[in-house]
Amino acid sequence: MKKILLLLAFAAIAVLSAVALLAPADAPPSALTELREKMETKPAKKVDHAVFPALQRRFERPQDVTETCISCHNHRHTEVMRSNHWNWEREEYVAGRGVVYIGKKNAMNNFCIGAMGNEKSCAKCHIGLGMSEAGMTYTDATNIDCLVCHDNTETYAKASEQGGAPVATLDFGHIARNVGKPMRSNCGVCHFYGGGGNNVKHGDLEEALFQPTRDVDVHMGIDGMDMGCVDCHITEEHNIAGKLYSLSSMNRNRAYCETCHGETPHESGVLNEHTLKVACQTCHIPVYAKVNATKTHWDWSTVGKLKNGEPYEVDDEEGNHTYLSIKGSFKWGKQLEPEYVWFNGTASHYLLGDQYEDSTATISLNRLHGSYSDADAKIIPVKIHRAIQPTDPVHRMLIMPKLYADAEGEGALWKDFDWRRSAALGMEKAGLPFSGEVSFIKTEMYWPINHMVSGKDATVQCTECHTRDNGRLAGLTDFYMPGRDYSPLVETGGAALLILTLVGMAAHGSIRVIAAKRKNNGGAR
Amino acid sequence: MSPVKHVYVYRAFERFWHWSQALLIMFLAVTGFEIHGSISFFGFENAVTYHNIAAYALIILIIFAIFWHLSTGEWRQYLPTLTHLRAYLNYYLFGIFRDAPHPTKKTVLSKLNPLQKLVYFGLKTIILPGMLLTGLLYILYRYPQQHGVEALNVESLRTIAILHTAGAFLLIAFLIAHLYLITTGDTVTSNLKAMLTGFEDVHEKDDDDTKEVIQSQETIQQPATETAP
Repeated sequence: MKKILLLLAFAAIAVLSAVALLAPADAPPSALTELREKMETKPAKKVDHAVFPALQRRFERPQDVTETCISCHNHRHTEVMRSNHWNWEREEYVAGRGVVYIGKKNAMNNFCIGAMGNEKSCAKCHIGLGMSEAGMTYTDATNIDCLVCHDNTETYAKASEQGGAPVATLDFGHIARNVGKPMRSNCGVCHFYGGGGNNVKHGDLEEALFQPTRDVDVHMGIDGMDMGCVDCHITEEHNIAGKLYSLSSMNRNRAYCETCHGETPHESGVLNEHTLKVACQTCHIPVYAKVNATKTHWDWSTVGKLKNGEPYEVDDEEGNHTYLSIKGSFKWGKQLEPEYVWFNGTASHYLLGDQYEDSTATISLNRLHGSYSDADAKIIPVKIHRAIQPTDPVHRMLIMPKLYADAEGEGALWKDFDWRRSAALGMEKAGLPFSGEVSFIKTEMYWPINHMVSGKDATVQCTECHTRDNGRLAGLTDFYMPGRDYSPLVETGGAALLILTLVGMAAHGSIRVIAAKRKNNGGAR
Repeated sequence: MSPVKHVYVYRAFERFWHWSQALLIMFLAVTGFEIHGSISFFGFENAVTYHNIAAYALIILIIFAIFWHLSTGEWRQYLPTLTHLRAYLNYYLFGIFRDAPHPTKKTVLSKLNPLQKLVYFGLKTIILPGMLLTGLLYILYRYPQQHGVEALNVESLRTIAILHTAGAFLLIAFLIAHLYLITTGDTVTSNLKAMLTGFEDVHEKDDDDTKEVIQSQETIQQPATETAP
């Protein structure tokens, strides 16, 4: 009797533990449905600016509009003036460097290299109005360009090389009476065209996202959730969540998939396990530059070739420049597989005036930090933009050349094609030494890929990483990955053991058969 | 010679345990080597899912088996002994080819020969617990980190995975040898039949002595040919 009770108790424990172990510990499957329902309700505008008396007038200057905005929104301009969108820089702490202000003033990239000396042109995408050559408009609140972000008529446009001023013919009154939450067009008009053309810089942010289908971006698809930029880039007091690591160093104020989807969004426990070490984007953005090509390589060393004394350009069959006399040679790519790196949310930057040690090594302009052993790091997909750019070999310092000028003869590279003079003028403006020599050095820049998200039916498949050869993660070798890694010793030893066992058993069996036959024959005789 | 009798040697649970363990281990081998990247059959994701389910099933089975062995006292069958070990090595290396009889007689009280005892003992104390432990760590290794218990953190899967793979190779080698040795019973199929039906022709005990019944060493030394007519 005792035995039976014991047996029953034991069986009960076993069954219960089996159920506990085998039951999927997953997020409720309704989570995604709830999210969909939440995002499908688009709230109506709370305020109709069209009826406000203060806006029933004609505005001569965009600054007048801003003044009128501030007359009601009487603290918002202080928020804007604290933002990096306004200041062209962020306060960042970089390990080994301390607190630094990083922004377009001092960060170097390997596209048009830097903003210094080119502010009037760069200001086309700045949220300030009236940017002077000296770049000094940072104190006057009426120079805030409210409309570039809040225009909902999609008619507002900035003029080229006018220090951030809008096109003069616009009806500012009409635009001011139709302001609202930023739309995709407000953000996209600057962020899709960084580097001087569609999708040049990011690779995952381009004009196809104005009206994408679900297969381009599962969130923004106009045939799907039709979400806008600010649905993910949640903004408090004009502080917009999410930032790019070309200019950011610290792990703060980021926009995460997890904010909406949670840490373990999958029904499969195996997939949820991945979220500890693998960012959502790694599997959910199998390719970027889905619609239009992005620039992958920029060689500045070929600048200045002329035809009949005139600069010229060469385009590929899709219309992408492959050579420009003023900028050099380019490579482009479409439907690209990202490269993969560990990333813990911090980065360090090559800043104007930094000296490098090794002139044969490739300079990483924004080194992303992280490794397998770093508990905060996850694998993320990146576009790596590679370049060959000008450097001073004597001072071992990247050169910030003067690129833009209104006229020839002012020493701008894009007008005069003189590397030495443009380098001398650029470095003088930066207050940095210049030896008079210009050579070229390889650099690379990391662009985390966060957009053009694919739904679950188009994600990276298991064996694209868990495979012996040429997997997506073949370059990340600081950890053991099932399906890819093995011990050659165990593999060889194991195979040898199996072969020996088979051969041994076969030999043993054969001798038995032969012995038995002999015996039978002997018996017959 | 002791009389031979058709006896119920392997009980129902024992046979259920044996065959389900065999199937599970073979299934684990197939799915495991797919996860390892050696073969491609179920698809990687399915292989992982199936491997984990089979692993838990095997653990539950093993728990039941341990309980059964303890409650029936059958665990004593696996206590290793050096007695007659040399005789058995001799038998498998030489005697078997001359049709010599097994050095000891199988009885209900002593199902395993000394070589089996030794091998199964090693299997049950080293290989299977090792596979179980590395397997569980393999499945669970991220969770300590997730819950922030630093002392329980496992830095890397590497050691766990390599030990688990090494164990898998050993188990397959065992399986090959095991499958072959089935054929070395009194007839080629007698061992298989016994493990399927539970019944086997075993030698009755000569007396009431609880010690295992063995045959004298002289029988082994006797050349098989001389026993032939």
